[in-house]
Amino acid sequence: MSMINYASREINCKLVYYGPGLGGKTTNLEFVYNKVSPNSRGKLISLATETERTLFFDFLPVDLGTIRGFKTRFHLYTVPGQVYYNASRKLILKGVDGVVFVADSQIERMEANIESMQNLYDNMAQHGYNLTTIPFLIQYNKRDLPNAGTIRELQAALNPGWPVEDSARQKVTPDPYHEGESLVEQLDGQWVERAPYFEAVAMTGEGVFDTLKAVSKLVLKSLGS
Amino acid sequence: MIVDRTGQMVAVVGEEPSFDPTAFASLTAADFSANDQLARMIGEPEFGSLFHQGEKESMYLADIARRVILVVLFDNRTTLGLVKLRVRPTVGELRHVFEEMFTRGTAGQAEVETGFLGEAEDEIDKLFGA
Repeated sequence: MSMINYASREINCKLVYYGPGLGGKTTNLEFVYNKVSPNSRGKLISLATETERTLFFDFLPVDLGTIRGFKTRFHLYTVPGQVYYNASRKLILKGVDGVVFVADSQIERMEANIESMQNLYDNMAQHGYNLTTIPFLIQYNKRDLPNAGTIRELQAALNPGWPVEDSARQKVTPDPYHEGESLVEQLDGQWVERAPYFEAVAMTGEGVFDTLKAVSKLVLKSLGS
Repeated sequence: MIVDRTGQMVAVVGEEPSFDPTAFASLTAADFSANDQLARMIGEPEFGSLFHQGEKESMYLADIARRVILVVLFDNRTTLGLVKLRVRPTVGELRHVFEEMFTRGTAGQAEVETGFLGEAEDEIDKLFGA
């Protein structure tokens, strides 16, 4: 989990972009790399195959500057999406502070999305992490494509909500990013919570920074709790 | 250098590295983790150390208490044998230090100053666009 180094006065947080192959995880990082001032970011490291498919991971450190005496930095990682690279995916999740699931909105990719989401839950559980308690959000990418499913369909398949057992949390919590929607609500007598979601077109950068901003704020909030 | 298994730099001593230490730490952890998996495939519980030989610069990596990695960078003014000889007692000492630290547990775990969060959120808005 996030490391506060008192000796060097640094805070480092690890954010992982997860999701099916060719969903746009690397594109998210490339957009961030190209847009953030070179003073605020390190090199983008890609361990990729010759055909630019992620083999192990992409890595981009982003510097937030010194806050209250602590040099604060986010380490952005992607995992290889292709199914057979699971060993690598699991390794990258070690020490994760926040997860962004980049879903491919194309209706034909629904099954790949579901399989990857299941794989994320499994790999997190194997590390002893709980996806319902750590900062986690979903980005529906490729919203510009004509064969993109509706948000309703995608939410139903990938973000149906998990049961909320803690009575202190059983209250309607509005979704700060979508007016009129809730993150915690009662459905058929059962309290459920969903991960916040964002719509994106990573190729043009639409939604990329909204996603990153939201997950990084959630991670910093979790430091204080 | 001491790097933790999640890819974060813990400490650097000696000559100031000319490369990006953040990227170096992340790749070191990945290197060690990948080799751990390879070890298991051939029936070893782990590889306790790794050696990468270059023409001029080489590196020797040693596991400490399964939580951190000691990385020694050296050039051809010394030999691998001498590095290993010096590293062995250091690994022992460091293992002792880290194991003691881990058993102390997470009591009094890191907390950030009040006011940190607000300032950090402002910086996020500035950097990633409000």
